[in-house]
Amino acid sequence: MTVSSNSMPGASEKKAPSRSSRFWAWLIFILSAAYFLVPLGATFYWSLKAEKDILGFEAYKRLFADSNFLPAFSQSVVNAAAAIFLSLLIIVPTAYWVTLRLPKLRPVVEFITLLPFVIPAVVLVFGLIRLYSRPPLLWTATYESSRVLLICVYAALSFPYMFRSVDNGLRAIDVRSLTEAAQSLGANWVTILFRVIFPNLRVALLSGALLTFAIVIGELTIALYMAQHTLGPYMADLTRSKVYEPSAMAIVSFSVTWMAMGVIQLITGGQGQATGGH
Amino acid sequence: MGTVNTKPKSTNETEGGAKRPPRSQIGSWLGVLPFFVFSGLFLIGPTLVLAYRSLEADGGGFTLGNYRQLVNETVINSYAMSIRISLTTAILGGIIGFLIAWAVSIGGLSRPFRTITTTFSGVASNFAGVPLASAFVFTLGRVGAITALFKLLGFDLYDSGFTLYSFFGLTLVYLYFQIPLMVLVILPAVDGLKRDWREAAENLGATSFQYWRYVALPVLMPSILGTMILLFGNSFGAHATAYALTGGLFTLATLLIGQQISGDVLNNPGLGYAVAMGMVIIMGVSILIYSVLQRRSERWLR
Repeated sequence: MTVSSNSMPGASEKKAPSRSSRFWAWLIFILSAAYFLVPLGATFYWSLKAEKDILGFEAYKRLFADSNFLPAFSQSVVNAAAAIFLSLLIIVPTAYWVTLRLPKLRPVVEFITLLPFVIPAVVLVFGLIRLYSRPPLLWTATYESSRVLLICVYAALSFPYMFRSVDNGLRAIDVRSLTEAAQSLGANWVTILFRVIFPNLRVALLSGALLTFAIVIGELTIALYMAQHTLGPYMADLTRSKVYEPSAMAIVSFSVTWMAMGVIQLITGGQGQATGGH
Repeated sequence: MGTVNTKPKSTNETEGGAKRPPRSQIGSWLGVLPFFVFSGLFLIGPTLVLAYRSLEADGGGFTLGNYRQLVNETVINSYAMSIRISLTTAILGGIIGFLIAWAVSIGGLSRPFRTITTTFSGVASNFAGVPLASAFVFTLGRVGAITALFKLLGFDLYDSGFTLYSFFGLTLVYLYFQIPLMVLVILPAVDGLKRDWREAAENLGATSFQYWRYVALPVLMPSILGTMILLFGNSFGAHATAYALTGGLFTLATLLIGQQISGDVLNNPGLGYAVAMGMVIIMGVSILIYSVLQRRSERWLR
């Protein structure tokens, strides 16, 4: 930590940071910007070089024309959407019940939602294969059944993000009063959940969903060992078999993540979430 | 809640639960049941299977033999490399991420830079796996842009011993998601430093160095250490990026497990389960320390 304390001298004025602190701040910012932007720039540059001697979008054209790209991409999009839907269906009632009726369960639920951080993806898929690839619990018999399993696992992996999003959302509105008001107007629990709670949580649900999307769309490890032809394994194959297309693929993937996170930033007013686990 | 719900219960007992089904204690458990079933099937169950198998002897019965065999060259080497990379990227990523958080929070950069930094960190902390590996191959791989640039300047990176597919290379790649994660988690803590503390310190004649040494850093230390431990776990469990970069052949605990899944490379299924459980234990301990430290720092930074 000596580095950080030594690099912050000066600053004796009351309000504005001193000139020397501003100098260090700029230096840190510029150096880190270089580290983060150069790989993106280099990749983008490569992605334009597929045609000899001219810069153009040939690599992107070839990527989109690849007969394996669209199926993999659309399969990943469908998987992500299904996982988000499942996750919402499970997490919203859970967060709602834990907030309103079973506060004692909160620590248990919070602990379980932390599990995806504790169990590395490669360990999880190891366990899944050992548990579900032979009778009595044969779940990986066909491609389609494995795919359903994959979607369920993705939904479980999204629990940390989804629960935190929904929980924050519930804290921001007065669930109790809303529920009581709806009840006294004669609404049943299904009506309350779908017509009162869901609409009030729109921002929280959307940011949880987008975060899940960003994580799931290019997921490699679990899809790979479950032999699924989704975007992650497709991208890994691409890096081995093609020269220019992987750069275009990386740029496309980065743009998708960027869009998802950008929308979260927009709708939440800058309170994005941290994620982890690669 | 209780009053609203119990009164009608006694009056329309005979009508059945058409309007408010989950009125009993059992009813409210139904609302969280799917969550527990789901977590049991897809998170806890698979882990328990590995735990059970790792303790199972060849012919059935209980054994700790698989854990004893962890002291094996292949296993030790891959764990050691995983720990080395995770420690290095946690400490470096922690320090650099903290400096960036300081720069955009109180260092004097204007507001837009802060927004750019947090949004970008959100993206970059999610930018892992194959695309990240590709980006670095195109930058610092054998024919990468920076490698080519160095060659133009008359310096061959790869002749001088550098390679992206090494401890150093992997560290450089991992920092790409470690630093942003540090920024995102530590920024609220840095924001929580109160101006009063600085003014109080200055009024008592403290220099800026003394303020950081005796006030700010001690207050921030639990957050900084806790987040570094989070980064450690984040890197320790990482598989996709290393797999994409090295084709799964590098010496790394997660890659060893991957090889064990595809074909019993350790020639001992039981040992494979023990290796996997070892990872879960290390991850569990680091997440535990992280949450304890995070709770401690919340006392100061409200």
